[in-house]
Amino acid sequence: MTTREIGTLAATLRAALGDEQVISDRQELRTYECDGLAQYRVVPALVALPRTAEQCAAVVRACAAADVPFVARGSGTGLSGGALPHADGVLIVTSQLRTIKEIAPQDERAVVEPGVINLHVTRAAAPYGYYYAPDPSSQQICSIGGNVAENSGGAHCLKYGFTTNHVTGLQVVTPDGDLVRLGGRAPDAPGYDLVGAFVGSEGTLGIATEVTVRLVRLPETVRTLLAAFRGTDAAGAATSAIIGAGVIPAAVEMMDALAIEAAEAAVHCGYPAGAGAVLIVELDGPASEVEAQFAQVERLCREHGAFEIRIAADETERLLFWKGRKSAFAAVGRISPDYIVQDGVIPRTALPEVLRRIDQLSRERGIRVANVFHAGDGNLHPLVLFDDAVEGQAERAEEVSGAILELCVALGGSITGEHGVGMDKARYMPRMFTDDDLDTMQLLRCAFDPRGLANPGKVFPTPRLCGEVPGRRTGVHPAQAAGLAEVF
Amino acid sequence: MPDAVLAALRAASHEASGRSNHTDGVWLADDEPILPGVRPRYMAAPGSTAEAAAVLRAAAAHDLAVVVGGGLTKQDWAAPPRRCDLLLSTRRLTGVVEHAAGDLIAVVRAGTRLTELAELLAPAGQQLALDAPLSGATVGGTVAVSTSGPRRMLYGTVRDLLIGVTVVRPDGAVAHAGGKVVKNVAGYDLGKLITGSYGTLGLVTEAAFRLHPCPAASAYVSRRAADPADAARLVAGVLAGQVVPSALEIDAPAEGGLAVVVLLEGTANGVAGRAVRTTRLLGGDAAISDAPPGWWSAYPWGPGDVGMKLTAALSGVPALLTAALTARRQHGVPLALRGSAGTGVLYAGLPGTTRAETVAVVVDALRAAAGAAGGHAVVLTAPAAVRERVDLWGPVEGLELMRRVKRQFDPDARFAPGRFVGGI
Ligand SMILES: Cc1cc2nc3c(=O)[nH]c(=O)nc-3n(C[C@H](O)[C@H](O)[C@H](O)COP(=O)(O)OP(=O)(O)OC[C@H]3O[C@@H](n4cnc5c(N)ncnc54)[C@H](O)[C@@H]3O)c2cc1C
Repeated sequence: MTTREIGTLAATLRAALGDEQVISDRQELRTYECDGLAQYRVVPALVALPRTAEQCAAVVRACAAADVPFVARGSGTGLSGGALPHADGVLIVTSQLRTIKEIAPQDERAVVEPGVINLHVTRAAAPYGYYYAPDPSSQQICSIGGNVAENSGGAHCLKYGFTTNHVTGLQVVTPDGDLVRLGGRAPDAPGYDLVGAFVGSEGTLGIATEVTVRLVRLPETVRTLLAAFRGTDAAGAATSAIIGAGVIPAAVEMMDALAIEAAEAAVHCGYPAGAGAVLIVELDGPASEVEAQFAQVERLCREHGAFEIRIAADETERLLFWKGRKSAFAAVGRISPDYIVQDGVIPRTALPEVLRRIDQLSRERGIRVANVFHAGDGNLHPLVLFDDAVEGQAERAEEVSGAILELCVALGGSITGEHGVGMDKARYMPRMFTDDDLDTMQLLRCAFDPRGLANPGKVFPTPRLCGEVPGRRTGVHPAQAAGLAEVF
Repeated sequence: MPDAVLAALRAASHEASGRSNHTDGVWLADDEPILPGVRPRYMAAPGSTAEAAAVLRAAAAHDLAVVVGGGLTKQDWAAPPRRCDLLLSTRRLTGVVEHAAGDLIAVVRAGTRLTELAELLAPAGQQLALDAPLSGATVGGTVAVSTSGPRRMLYGTVRDLLIGVTVVRPDGAVAHAGGKVVKNVAGYDLGKLITGSYGTLGLVTEAAFRLHPCPAASAYVSRRAADPADAARLVAGVLAGQVVPSALEIDAPAEGGLAVVVLLEGTANGVAGRAVRTTRLLGGDAAISDAPPGWWSAYPWGPGDVGMKLTAALSGVPALLTAALTARRQHGVPLALRGSAGTGVLYAGLPGTTRAETVAVVVDALRAAAGAAGGHAVVLTAPAAVRERVDLWGPVEGLELMRRVKRQFDPDARFAPGRFVGGI
């Protein structure tokens, strides 16, 4: 965009939103140049801060009219560069769409604006005995709109499911700038499940301006144990045994020796000395169920080599167990100047093999890897450690990180379990999907956004042209001409 | 006269399957059980995704309208297709491709019956936690129509359990989405789009599901309710009670009466304790049983009847139920109601002999009530006379986007044309 075009668009946006709601000052724009994946930085042409869904739609309409791309941004905690701005585009920030419109325990629903912080929904629902189940580790800062876009998960998604299982309705601004309602409070709205299609679409199908989420009744009991093992093999075997016994814990989280070391250095969580791996296992539900299964989990951990098991006596101790785990990403900063947070998925039973191969990679390339997982569902978060000041380390770390993804795909897993594809992993999509697969996914995009204005360059390595595909019929269908079909 | 289209379909089937006797892959439909309303000319029963793709490419080249059939249990659901030249059966696409018991997943071919799948998974103590309200239903048909039953309350529906799909597009291209791990956010979740799409976007050949362990014990706690308000009080009490039911159903048969039934699943001791607590929550004549009531997980209608699905926000269920009972009285019809009061889904049945005019007014009344309760009333199945008279779907939000999706996947509107919302 030329400076003049930017100026014209800025004027249109200011007229629709008010002066305060549009940023064009270069210094201020810089605040928004990256999301949680800070190695990619792009300064947007403009930032718009709508206060209502209608204003949000007006911004998108202005973009559509000017043929300018737009990128939605919630809290900017994404770890795949999903909210990375477009240099010639408008960044639409939802931080002023922060109203919890309704907490409806009688419907087991909450209706919120997209900028509402994940944890605030649970806080608002708690007085009624309800909570919002998806709990990404970033829940104190990330937005529900971002969660919807990324289909975010969390430690407790093993039992309760991901964002997609908890969103029943959306109001969306389409890339044309129309406000559309999809789904609602009731389940199973007739027609295609566009709510399901939108969740996890990473801002490429439009902007969510209102989200209706399920609220879940608080469990009667929560019990948590911390089990220390000599190594990850034993901890992995214990995890498999627990799941194999038919227990579905609320969460099973694992950390290896290096991750424990980092967490100790950072938050002094006091995990058992000499542990080569720890498991945090949490069960929740009716007291009578939890008691029976908790004893079983404890026994299975011991049988598989746990040398110390601590059971949280109260909420304070429980939070201490979790503190080590939840701070793991940031904590590695204590033991390494730089690191890459990787996010891949494997079938859980392949865990021992994957860990051996990661270890091998790590030794071959001289790059340390700390491992943190959602062990119950095979979601790995290897933290690849390096020092950018050392010549060549960043490249080698990048290679190790990439090789881990290859490993996930080779074992039948996924290149991302919760952080999304964004711009960071678009190039890995062809490892997991064929050209036809990617082409088919983009049929959906073409339906919503034929001009490719919503968050372009993300998710897909090569955009599909949405115009007429060679060999496809154009014009009027014979059935339509004969009056048999209605116009599509 | 030789049939050139038949020859082309056969050649495609032959080449992709390598079978010498290719007449068993594609044939003329004369003797087949025919879909209501339309008469397909050709039948195909491909034995693999590759063969299905080859046949569908040939069908595309000859502009054939295609309807996919599995167990054919739901072909009298929704509107009949406007056109059908080729009926593609999934009956040879059967069996489990992979059951990774340790990972609690299974990849299954679309023509596999849910009952067969259950038998295959049972030895490992696992299940696909989907109720099958219609016997004979296949995996593919269940995905295409997204049927569900009582246990949706705990386990969700097809959309929540489906983790990957293989689809043959109307143009014959083969596409996969998702995968075979439960946690996966790579790419669009096309499984959600396909689920409940009534075969209008393509042919599902394989589906990957998340499985659950079979519970060690289960118990049903039943209680009679005096009226909808009483039922609502009981339902709310159970929802607040932290007993975590797998199902919370109500049943209001046409003959009268109203019952609330709670299903609890878990460990033997756990279930025993929770069942006792549930009887206390329900009070009155609440009683515990090992076995479900006879109507459990069945629709409140039979073959040839009118079957409807009514949805509401949870708090709207009592008003919806009241409206339905009022409609029953006012119009003097034996309207039967049943469903998941714990999730806001009720089913309603009327005899197939009910006059179309009467059905239409009852549907209007139920639609108004469901709409006021934040939900919808959809006629799932009905005799031809009724299907011609009433709007089966009612209002559909986002219809324009849906048409655009259809146009992208099936630009020539050849897949089950007319079967779905808004004439899609
Ligand atoms: C320390 C840390 C821990 C984390 N832990 C987890 C975890 O446990 N699980 C997990 O899943 N993720 C985790 N994340 C990643 C991140 O927090 C999530 O992806 C989160 O959902 C992003 O929310 P956000 O509001 O920050 O979105 P942003 O980063 O602002 O945006 C993310 C994407 O969403 C799009 N978007 C934002 N708002 C909208 C909207 N209203 N409509 C449409 N698209 C929109 C953006 O365009 C972008 O593509 C973690 C991140 C950090 C920094």
